Amino acid sequence: MNAKDWKILLVDDEHEFITTLAERLELRGINARVVFDGESALEAVAAEEPQVMVLDVLMPGIKGLEVLERIKRTNPNVQVLLLTGHGSTRDGIEGMRLGAFDYMMKPLNIDTLIEKMESAIDYAAKAARSAAAGA
Amino acid sequence: MFDKLSSMLGHPLSELAGDVDAAVSPERYTTLRRKIIALMLAASLIPLSVMAVLNYVEHQNAMAREIQNPLRVLVNKTKNSFELFLAERSSTVSLIASAYTYGELADERKLARIFTVMKKEFEGFVDLGLIDEHGNQVNYVGPYELKGKNYAEQRWFQEVRVKGKYVSDVFLGFRKFPHVIIAVQHMAEDGRTWILRATLDTRQFERIIASMSLEPDADAFLVNTEGLMQTDSNYYGKVLEKLAFPMPPQTYEPTVLTMIDPLGREVYMAYAYFPEADFALVAVKPRSSALKTWYTVRGDLLFIFMAGVAAVLFAAMRVTDALIRRMKEAEERRELALREVEHSQKLSSIGRLAAGVAHEVNNPLAIINEKAGLMKDILSMQDDFPVKAKFLAQVESVLRAVERCRGITHRMLGFARRMDVSIEELDLGELISETASFLANEALHRKVEVSLDIDPHLPRIQSDRSQLQQVFLNLFNNALAAVADGGRISAAVRPVAGSGGEAVEVRVEDNGCGMSEETLTHIFEPFFTTKKGQGTGLGLSITYGIVKRLGGEIAVESKLGVGTTLTITLPKGHREAMA
Repeated sequence: MNAKDWKILLVDDEHEFITTLAERLELRGINARVVFDGESALEAVAAEEPQVMVLDVLMPGIKGLEVLERIKRTNPNVQVLLLTGHGSTRDGIEGMRLGAFDYMMKPLNIDTLIEKMESAIDYAAKAARSAAAGA
Repeated sequence: MFDKLSSMLGHPLSELAGDVDAAVSPERYTTLRRKIIALMLAASLIPLSVMAVLNYVEHQNAMAREIQNPLRVLVNKTKNSFELFLAERSSTVSLIASAYTYGELADERKLARIFTVMKKEFEGFVDLGLIDEHGNQVNYVGPYELKGKNYAEQRWFQEVRVKGKYVSDVFLGFRKFPHVIIAVQHMAEDGRTWILRATLDTRQFERIIASMSLEPDADAFLVNTEGLMQTDSNYYGKVLEKLAFPMPPQTYEPTVLTMIDPLGREVYMAYAYFPEADFALVAVKPRSSALKTWYTVRGDLLFIFMAGVAAVLFAAMRVTDALIRRMKEAEERRELALREVEHSQKLSSIGRLAAGVAHEVNNPLAIINEKAGLMKDILSMQDDFPVKAKFLAQVESVLRAVERCRGITHRMLGFARRMDVSIEELDLGELISETASFLANEALHRKVEVSLDIDPHLPRIQSDRSQLQQVFLNLFNNALAAVADGGRISAAVRPVAGSGGEAVEVRVEDNGCGMSEETLTHIFEPFFTTKKGQGTGLGLSITYGIVKRLGGEIAVESKLGVGTTLTITLPKGHREAMA
């Protein structure tokens, strides 16, 4: 799949961080939508289902783990990469229990992020294919 | 960082033991030791001493009785011998006085014949004389010329005239040698009276005393009621001298007294007065010779007592020392445990602070990272930027600084995690299955075979769920990173007997790239890594720290190109150790 076709949603309340990240991804041919809180994230997913959502755990309003839980219920195909700022693997592990694909800690290495996005998209595609074959 | 934190606390762990020693005062133990020993000695030595004293007194009394009784019996027997001796002689004189007429007794030849028979039948007679009612000696047989001598004025003559019979004290008389006289008055049918008088040799007395067979330091003698010696004594005077000590109270029953004699010796004195004569028989035996056996026994008793005291003292000291040592160790352990708790509480606070700081720093750091990253991205695309190289160098420098800060915050967070232990009862098999499932996606993607072999009889263990998940997530992540696509990871969980009791062993094995000997030696060192920028941020050193903190053990075997096996053993019960 061409990078430009990826549907990515970035969710973080740190404006400066997430917009700059979106810009850097764009420079690499990846277009990402950006929202700044949980509610907007739910709306954005409802409007158009992304393949990968990069989701901050600690946000004002609806917390990242709750957003993850709700999205996994409504849109199980969305692969979620959790971002934690405080480095608690507890949250990361809890996120994975709730169905997150992986988790990363800030500050990010952009190449690692892109590799994980690619893994997630590949995994989703294979899962969809095996689901289709199973059906 | 840890060094800095330790120094912030002001109590590095290595100094704790020293602090404990200072806290437990040695004087307190010295006093306690002294008190316990004193109590133990009192508890054992008082009954021992009482027993020893009672035994001593009882034994002494028994020994004294053993000595006094034979002495009393001997005196009684000897007194009887004396009485018999005197009774026989008086009866003989009495019989002769009655059997013969005055005329016969006045006949010299007849009296001489009678005297010869008397001497033959009874030892001790020296002479025999007939005295008329006026005190004239009308006939005499014996070694002296006493015929015609008048005794009318002598006390014995008066006494025999009144009492009819008389036994004298020992006296020298005309003969100048000690003797005793026996005089008997006879009254004929015609009213005429005469007195038959015999003299006895007191050597007979000495023979009776010699028959007592006393030891050389003992003594026996006859004394009259006025205290005049009637026989020679070895120590207290010669015959007719005054006895060297006062006469004992009068009693006819043989009696034993203890006294200090004029020679200063402590002696037993056995004596008995004669009912028929004014004599008393006295036997004296020094206590020292009598109690020779007792002194030997007393020495033995004293030795046994002293040996008992020494044994009790030795045992009390040994037992007390052992007790004090145990108490000291227990108190030190308790102190150390308290200080460890205090220390971990401090560390925990520092940990929470570190986590807060890391979190606050991480977000702006992420912004700097992205901004600098964007600058680098843009600069890379600008070929005609005049000072591109210089700018790129600056941006790279900023990014390196961000990386350093990231390292610092991650280490601080790792430290904070280690401080935060929450113990619960858990099923390790279930925990490992769940943790392995987190990696199922990536494993599936890379066609890595993950197999779990969990013993169905695993005991539930007391440990920290979250920290163990981090440990096993890290182990599985490392294994996944090590194996090639299509590789194999297996985990086996089984119960084992650990060093401190029941334990559970987890072996995570992969057929990945393995590690060199060099890498193996550094694997548990803090912040040592072979894959920078990847993974969850938990190094093996933190894994090691967590496992140790939870009281477990971790071991690694690896061969380059063959694979790696990590073995973690966790105790069934919670045994927290300082990581």
